[in-house]
Amino acid sequence: MSEKNTTQGKAQKRRSRGRWRALLTPLMAIVTALILGAVVIVVTDTSVYDAFGEGFGAGLLRIVEVVVTAYGSFFAGAFGDPARMVRGLSTWITTGDGSDWVQSLYPLTETLRYATPYIFAGLAVALGFRGGLFNIGAEGQYFIAGLTTVFVGYSLTGVPWFIHVPLALLAGILGGAAWGAIPGYLKAKTGAHEVINTIMLNYISFRLAEYMLDVGGPMARGDGRPVSPVIQPSAQLTQFFPSNPNIRFNVGFFIALLAAVFVYWLLFKTTIGYEIRTVGQNPRAAKYAGMNVPRTVVLTMALSGGLAGLAASHDILGVIGFMPNSFSSGYGFDAIALALLGNSHPFGVVLSSLLFGALQAGARNMQAIARVPLDLTDILQGLIIIFIAAPAIIRALYRLRTPDEGEGAVMTRGWGQL
Amino acid sequence: MNENSKDTRRARTWGIVFLVFAALMLVLFLPGTTGSQRTTFAFDLELSEALPIGSLTFSTQGGLYLLVVLAVFLGAWQLAKGFKQVYLILGVVVLAFVLAFLTWAARDNSMNMTGMLQATLLRAVPITLAALSGVMCERCAVINIGIEGMMLTGAFTSALIGSLTQNVWVGLFAALSAGGLMGALLAVMAIRYKVDQIIAGTAINILATGLTSYFSSRYLQSIPELNRPPTFVQLPLPVLSRIPIVGPVLFTNTAPVYLMLILVAVIHVMLFYTRWGLRTRAVGEHPQAADTLGVNVFKTRYVNVILGGMIAGLGGAYLVLSSVARFDENMTAGRGFIGLAAMIFGKWSPIGALAASLIFGFADSLRTNLAILRVPIPSQFLLMAPYLVTMIVLAGVVGRANPPAADGQPYEKQ
Repeated sequence: MSEKNTTQGKAQKRRSRGRWRALLTPLMAIVTALILGAVVIVVTDTSVYDAFGEGFGAGLLRIVEVVVTAYGSFFAGAFGDPARMVRGLSTWITTGDGSDWVQSLYPLTETLRYATPYIFAGLAVALGFRGGLFNIGAEGQYFIAGLTTVFVGYSLTGVPWFIHVPLALLAGILGGAAWGAIPGYLKAKTGAHEVINTIMLNYISFRLAEYMLDVGGPMARGDGRPVSPVIQPSAQLTQFFPSNPNIRFNVGFFIALLAAVFVYWLLFKTTIGYEIRTVGQNPRAAKYAGMNVPRTVVLTMALSGGLAGLAASHDILGVIGFMPNSFSSGYGFDAIALALLGNSHPFGVVLSSLLFGALQAGARNMQAIARVPLDLTDILQGLIIIFIAAPAIIRALYRLRTPDEGEGAVMTRGWGQL
Repeated sequence: MNENSKDTRRARTWGIVFLVFAALMLVLFLPGTTGSQRTTFAFDLELSEALPIGSLTFSTQGGLYLLVVLAVFLGAWQLAKGFKQVYLILGVVVLAFVLAFLTWAARDNSMNMTGMLQATLLRAVPITLAALSGVMCERCAVINIGIEGMMLTGAFTSALIGSLTQNVWVGLFAALSAGGLMGALLAVMAIRYKVDQIIAGTAINILATGLTSYFSSRYLQSIPELNRPPTFVQLPLPVLSRIPIVGPVLFTNTAPVYLMLILVAVIHVMLFYTRWGLRTRAVGEHPQAADTLGVNVFKTRYVNVILGGMIAGLGGAYLVLSSVARFDENMTAGRGFIGLAAMIFGKWSPIGALAASLIFGFADSLRTNLAILRVPIPSQFLLMAPYLVTMIVLAGVVGRANPPAADGQPYEKQ
């Protein structure tokens, strides 16, 4: 009997095939969403109807043209033009002028820059899901962390960057964590559902930020605009291409990757992570096993809020440099999509964040060139969530087999139950 | 024995709370006033059919003392003897506090109470409709967090169809259909595919934001004729509209406002006094038992969720067809979520939802009034109040908020 045919080998083979199949559903969800997005683009393009007036063939041709222009500009905006990169690189080598090459990298760096806060926010929601908590409040935690991080960023003077940057990041983490711990505490102590409390805290944080930054407010710049002062140079995150001010790709991306590794380590290699997952799977069992369920709930929400806070720190210390009053990001809801798409796994979240980063960067180029409204990304994201959350739809569409039930994150269980 | 002492301690706590309110009135409002200041509460509106009743002018300090004395009396009585209906008395004390605040804010000035009540009701309309939508869904155990998206869809559809047909009623009907369609999407996801209902609702929110913004920037912004819907006209009810205060506030409104009030009453009666309501509540509390007794759980949920979507769509249409007469991206501005809060605050009952929405609407209208009176309180803190109150209610400080027992759980037929 060869080794392949032993039961152990079979089980292993099945497991690895199962892993691939686990990737198949999200992939098909993305493809299906892109196809439906193309349908939306085509149906809302009047030139297509004009072309069909000329003849059926012309109409079909126009459809292909519209989709290729839209998604073509989309991909160019998200990943750039390889030919131009090669040309820029050869100019750099031959003449020593690297600016062309740097400019050709712009789309790619934009994708990574957009992906960075997504990774943080996605990790925040994914960690919550693992702990059986639904953190809809990433947006509010982002706002509060924005306030704390920008305050440390502009008020602290005369400190070197290697102290200032960590302090400003820490301020963001603590601001987000505190804001996240409130619904965690309320859930642990009173059973109040975190979804409602995080939504309420979102609106409270918007108003609070509005008050702080409003003209004449405690944190306003004082030049008649509702924005905070600019952060000190020592608080800025290191930029990789300081020669080109358009490129705002910074060290924050790698901090985000580190955060993903940290969350992975925390969840799957530590006792705390084991407790978080156990409470998420079955709080009652966790309680009988002697775990401190209320403490774990508060801790999970605080960690989640801290991660969401880092998204704000990145945006302020690495990209904008100050906090505007109209700081709405939409990360709160996008993060839910990211966590779902990444199956609440830290590395899955990184992959889905890269995808969403590409969606953002690409959609902006698509709006500029193909005149397709930016809001298409929301449609795509909504569809992706629906298909991921209801894999039965995708399986029915493509006649896929039902996979074996694996360990996933428990989502929510109605209001007010712990 | 133990139970008894717990009760007395609770009663004593409320007495202290009432006294704290009285103390707050003294500390917060009295120091800023002088003996010669007068406050005027006006009750007549311009361009109103109501019979004029004039206005009420009184000494600011006198009014404040009166309200403080009232609160002190209620607190002392609560400590000494205890009221049976503690929450009712709490309402009275809070009302006294609000009146004291208004008395202070309008010192040496005049505030139109009728106008403020009118604004309160109008601002409460979309919130109430959102809350009603939530009640419809959650009473049969489907969590609807997608109300915001459903409202947005309704608003967009009513603007587009209303502009095309130049008929408010067709626009309203279109919004109902669009909201119902979104409700059906939620129902299919939650009931047929057993998707986590909060995620399903979130998907609806994102999808609706995307679709309405996309079509808005594709069509409505480039072709202004597509974003010029007509608006509902005011329909003063004969005789009733001439009653002072009540007439302008309740009986001089547009059709959707009356519709909202009727819906609140009808759904309340239906839910608690008809066979349909009993079935709905049974499905929400114990679907297995309801199924055993022959209630079709799936059908009940489908019907309720689609109706809930239609009501949310009506809320969106109200935003467009009542006064603004145009669709703007994200114009619901979180009203769907506030409605959700109002539903919880109102303990999953239609009348409770209306009452909670009125409180939220009051906070909103107060903000505009205080801006006119130049009261030096940042309006943002007033706007925070409803959310804080919701969190306090949810934490069980003011009675427990008990959702339907099976809320959020998909039903699997045995």
